[in-house]
Amino acid sequence: MSETVIEFKAVDKWFGKLHVLRAVDLAVSVGEVVVVCGPSGSGKSTLIRCVNGLEAIQGGELVVLGESITRPGVRMPALRTRVGMVFQSFNLFPHMTVLQNITLAPVRVKGLSAAEAEKTARALLERVRIPDKAAAYPANLSGGQQQRVAIARALAMQPRIMLFDEPTSALDPEMINEVLDVMTDLAKDGMTMMVVTHEMGFARRVAHRVVFMDGGSIVEEAAPEAFFAAAQSDRAREFLSKILTH
Amino acid sequence: MNYQFQWGVLWSGQSGSWLLQGVLTTLGISALAWILAAALGILSGALRTVPWRPLRAAAVFYVEFFRNVPLLVWMFFWYFGVPPLLPRPVQDWLFNHGAEFWAGMFALGVYHGARMSEVIRSGIQSIPRTQFEASMAMGLTTFQAYRLVIVPIALRLIVPPATNESLNLLKNSSVALTISVAELTFQTRQIETYTAKAIEALTAGTLIYLVLCVSIAAVMAWVERRFRIPGLIARGG
Repeated sequence: MSETVIEFKAVDKWFGKLHVLRAVDLAVSVGEVVVVCGPSGSGKSTLIRCVNGLEAIQGGELVVLGESITRPGVRMPALRTRVGMVFQSFNLFPHMTVLQNITLAPVRVKGLSAAEAEKTARALLERVRIPDKAAAYPANLSGGQQQRVAIARALAMQPRIMLFDEPTSALDPEMINEVLDVMTDLAKDGMTMMVVTHEMGFARRVAHRVVFMDGGSIVEEAAPEAFFAAAQSDRAREFLSKILTH
Repeated sequence: MNYQFQWGVLWSGQSGSWLLQGVLTTLGISALAWILAAALGILSGALRTVPWRPLRAAAVFYVEFFRNVPLLVWMFFWYFGVPPLLPRPVQDWLFNHGAEFWAGMFALGVYHGARMSEVIRSGIQSIPRTQFEASMAMGLTTFQAYRLVIVPIALRLIVPPATNESLNLLKNSSVALTISVAELTFQTRQIETYTAKAIEALTAGTLIYLVLCVSIAAVMAWVERRFRIPGLIARGG
């Protein structure tokens, strides 16, 4: 049995009176790619935002890389250096060049020298296939390029886990694949990934497991072949019929 | 009209050196007060937005306390009110080293800091929350996120209203004449007293303020262009 790196144990979360996560149990092993899908408002984004503490949980326990993040006094910044995150809206810092975006945290948080950080950053830009954009500002890049920089920026901290919160939802269709290709490479390299996405093709090809959420609960989890061929629940079948036939 | 213009009064006798002294004092008190106001404004403006209530409350208190009392009252407060509370040696030192200048500088800086605070806060609040989340997600502390990401973006956004505020600060430095700081307005009044040539003296003062303010506006316009965030709507001018 491989090492578990993320473990939700009966996790509950409320936004005010809204119960957004209901007793969620989920374990993710090292190297595993888990795609989380479900209708809007089902709690899937909230689920992965709990993993790096962007959302606090109110009940249950959440263990990430061996640390219970609900324990008082846990140092979230330190944990977050080992958990990278990519957002739907890219969130590059607009006043910095691509290179500055990528080297910021390695220099300021890890204490790397500027030269070392730059070397790593350039290698990562190579890896996400935009080596010539180091000096550009985010505003001068296409959405797909911005998202690939965001991935490079997260990878620069050498995280053990990568979280993707609808990474292609804000992209024009022709740019979706360039981002998914980079994510596919990453998965092949053995990165542990939790991905919230509607890209069912990606889920089918790359995921080890699909988690289907509705109403704050995990309704179903299965290997992608099983999930797409024969979803067990009505809600999952209904969701799939909507999303696959549009 | 019987008035005889005598522009010569502006450079005859001591007038020229008075004016020059006045300009230097105005620039000195304004520059120091501006630094104080910027520091207080950035600090309290940022604190207004942090996820910790006691710090927010402290910043609200500062802003409301200092911007809602007239600047003139603050001048009197810092000049007449505060020194007697200080230890004797400090008082002596102050009154031998231009206490009125320091009191005026403090009043001006603290008052405009409270106003600057609101400008900074509006800049910070116009930044999408996700920028803060992205900073946190890469392991920055809240302090680092503000210092490296949030405040630098906000400062670039607020150059036009900050220019306004800076010009107000410079012009409000004239209030310091009430506690006998020998700044520009004080000196033009002095020329008027000695020469009985009010229109000449006040015209000189007016023109000098105009030149100073237009110059500052030009510098700020350069700063705005130089540090513009690529991709935002380009501004005219």
